[in-house]
Order: sequence, then structure tokens, then C-alpha cells
Amino acid sequence: MSIDIHEYLAEFDDIPGTRVYTAARARQGYWMNQFAMSLMKAENRVRWLAGERAYIDEWPMSEAQKQAILDRDYNRCLDLGGNIYFLAKVFSTDGLSFLQAVGTMTGMSPEDYQAMMIAGGRSPQGVRSIKEKR
Amino acid sequence: MARITAGVATSHVPAIGAAMDLGKTAEPYWQPLFAGYDWSRQWIAHEKPDVVILVYNDHASAFDMKIIPTFAIGCGERYRPADEGWGPRPVPDVIGEPDLAWHIAQSLILDEFDMTIINEMDVDHGLTVPLSLMFGQPDAWPCRVIPVAVNVVTYPPPSGNRCWRLGEAIARAVDSFPEDLNVQIWGTGGMSHQLQGPRAGLINAEWDNRFLDLMSQSDDGEALRAIEHIEYLRETGSEGIEMVMWLIMRGALGDKVRPLHRHYHVPASNTAVGHLVLEPAR
Repeated sequence: MSIDIHEYLAEFDDIPGTRVYTAARARQGYWMNQFAMSLMKAENRVRWLAGERAYIDEWPMSEAQKQAILDRDYNRCLDLGGNIYFLAKVFSTDGLSFLQAVGTMTGMSPEDYQAMMIAGGRSPQGVRSIKEKR
Repeated sequence: MARITAGVATSHVPAIGAAMDLGKTAEPYWQPLFAGYDWSRQWIAHEKPDVVILVYNDHASAFDMKIIPTFAIGCGERYRPADEGWGPRPVPDVIGEPDLAWHIAQSLILDEFDMTIINEMDVDHGLTVPLSLMFGQPDAWPCRVIPVAVNVVTYPPPSGNRCWRLGEAIARAVDSFPEDLNVQIWGTGGMSHQLQGPRAGLINAEWDNRFLDLMSQSDDGEALRAIEHIEYLRETGSEGIEMVMWLIMRGALGDKVRPLHRHYHVPASNTAVGHLVLEPAR
């Protein structure tokens, strides 16, 4: 089975409101994700919470990446190469659940997002493809 | 001879583990989800598998961005629950089955599946939540576990077809192990969910249920194996891609299966929960 890698990757940009974690994003976000990974260790979480700016300055990240993390702007983090499972270490350290943190990326209030999930989640209708409008 | 006697599919949402660890399973939000596992817990108490080959994905716990194995098999003696940022889950250590695991690893490599071999790692919710769902909260897990970790985080993950064929190869490897062992294979993750971006919260119950239908029918998996990554992404959300791991389990059971149990529930946190128990029908 032969797949054209260019066509394969190009299709990912056609999904509304979604950043697929491609190799290009993985390269761009390498240190942001590794920074987040460091929060797996309890002693690092203590240092991070005691002084976020000093801790993040130890990592070779761009200023934009650092600011996005400090702002907890997870959509911006995704744009700059972050991956949600790595970013999860940051919001877990903040005491946020996946439900609470993920909701912040949708523009909805936490209550509205939770209510949408209990009602069966977001319908795929209209958010499958940008160009095909389906 | 070792033999694969059953396949289990289940989602592995971290909030499910938290709900169990914090004693919330009887709350109205969680009760219907856990009720769908009552049958399975009775069934598995009767089946008493010696070993579970547990197909799952690591969520930036044992593997960071330094090393990204597409298919990895745990050949270690013991695995500790990972600290995923809120402390390790209060669940027992997972006991490995190195003899069978090494046998499978060697067999797979000779069968042209170039596995990464892991001797030491921590295991995260992807592996421990399915154990909790199936066994509850025992002091020790009642079976040994061979972790099979699949990369479904960094693109591209393996194709559904490749996963199915890996399952077939795992079954061949188990069949050639001389010790008499009752082995189950579990495929975990899914179902529809998206944990990122403005489209987060996507659930596609219609697609998920069609997938459960296809998993439960007796055939060579042609329709399942043909599902491309882009379809999982569009129809089931960016994290729905985890369902390719179910195909490893299904491929290992052979063409003919008998569906024993099925459960579907929305939501657990951001996710649609699906669960199947299947038996090979030879």
C-alpha cells in the first residue's frame, strides 16, 4: 500500500479547529514538550510552582512558547508545536482535569463545555472538512 | 501450548481511573459507565487468564520526545504506575511475563515485525485504567501483563492494516509457546474524542457504533483495515486514532469471533467509552 506523504499530510490542514501532531510540529515544539515532561517529577513541580519564569528560562524555548505556557494559552501552545499529552503535565500541576483544561480551548465556559459533553458531545456535523463544508 | 482465549476492547480514559481511586463510581455521572463492566468482571473472574497482552499507548509518560517507538513490547519483570503529573495512581504494580514476552518479541522480529524491546518503564493510565475496569480494586492484579505500546501520538501512527497484521503475528507467536497458558489480548483507547483545539469535545456515536459492529463480526477485517488515518481524524476527533490499537486485538482473534458483551457510554470526561468482549470461534 503506497501512500503519497504530501497528500497524506496536506489533508490534516483541512480539519477545522484541529492541529494534528505532525513531525513538523514535533520539531517546532520539541523543547516545549520536553519542558512539560520535566513536570512528571514532584521536585520539578515544586520548583516550577515556586518560580515559573525562572524555571521556564532554563529551557531553550522561544519567547513566544514560554509566554504561551505562562499564559496557559493552550491553543497558542498547540500552534507553537505543543502536544496535548505533554501540555497535560502543565495543567495537571495546576490541579486541572483534562475536562477543565480541554474546555479552555473551545471558547466555551467550563459549565457550558461540561453540559455539552453530558448531552452527548460536539456533533461532527459541519466540522469534518473545511473545503467540503461537511 | 499457550492459547489466546479472548479479546477485550476498552477505552482507557484517565478520569475513569480517578473516579475509581476517589470512590466516585456510584455517583450518577459515573454509575452507567461502570455498570457496563459488571458483566465483564464476572466473566473474567471465571475465565482467570494467566496473562493479558495489553495493547495501549503511552501518553508522554514512559516515552517523551527523545524516543518514539512505533511498536514496543515490554519484556520486564515489573512495571510501576507512572506519575503523570498528579502522583502515581494508587494501584498495584503490574507484574510482567518475561518468558512469553521475549518469546513473542523474538517471534515477531523473525516474522518481520521489528519491535522495540523494553525492559524497564513505568505504565500510565493507558495500561492501568483497563486493568481497573476489568478487575476492580484488588491488592494485586490477578494476572501477569505483557504491555504492547503503540505510538498514536506523533504522526504517522501505524496503519490499521499493519495493526491487524501485527495482531495476527502475535497470535502465531503465542501459539508456538510451549507452556500451557490462558492468554487474553486487550486493545485499548478510543472511542471518539478530541482533546485539543476549538473542535475539542467531538463525539460521533454513529461512527463508533458502526466500528463496534465491524469489530464484532466474523470476517477478514477488510472494512476495518481500510479505515485511513484521515477518517479517524475527521469522524472521531484527533484522539480517536487510538482505535487502530483495537485492530491488533481483533487481528489476533482470527476471522471468526463470537461477541460476548458490548457497552457504549457517553461521556467519560471528554470521551466516548466503548467496550467489547470477544471470543475466537474456531
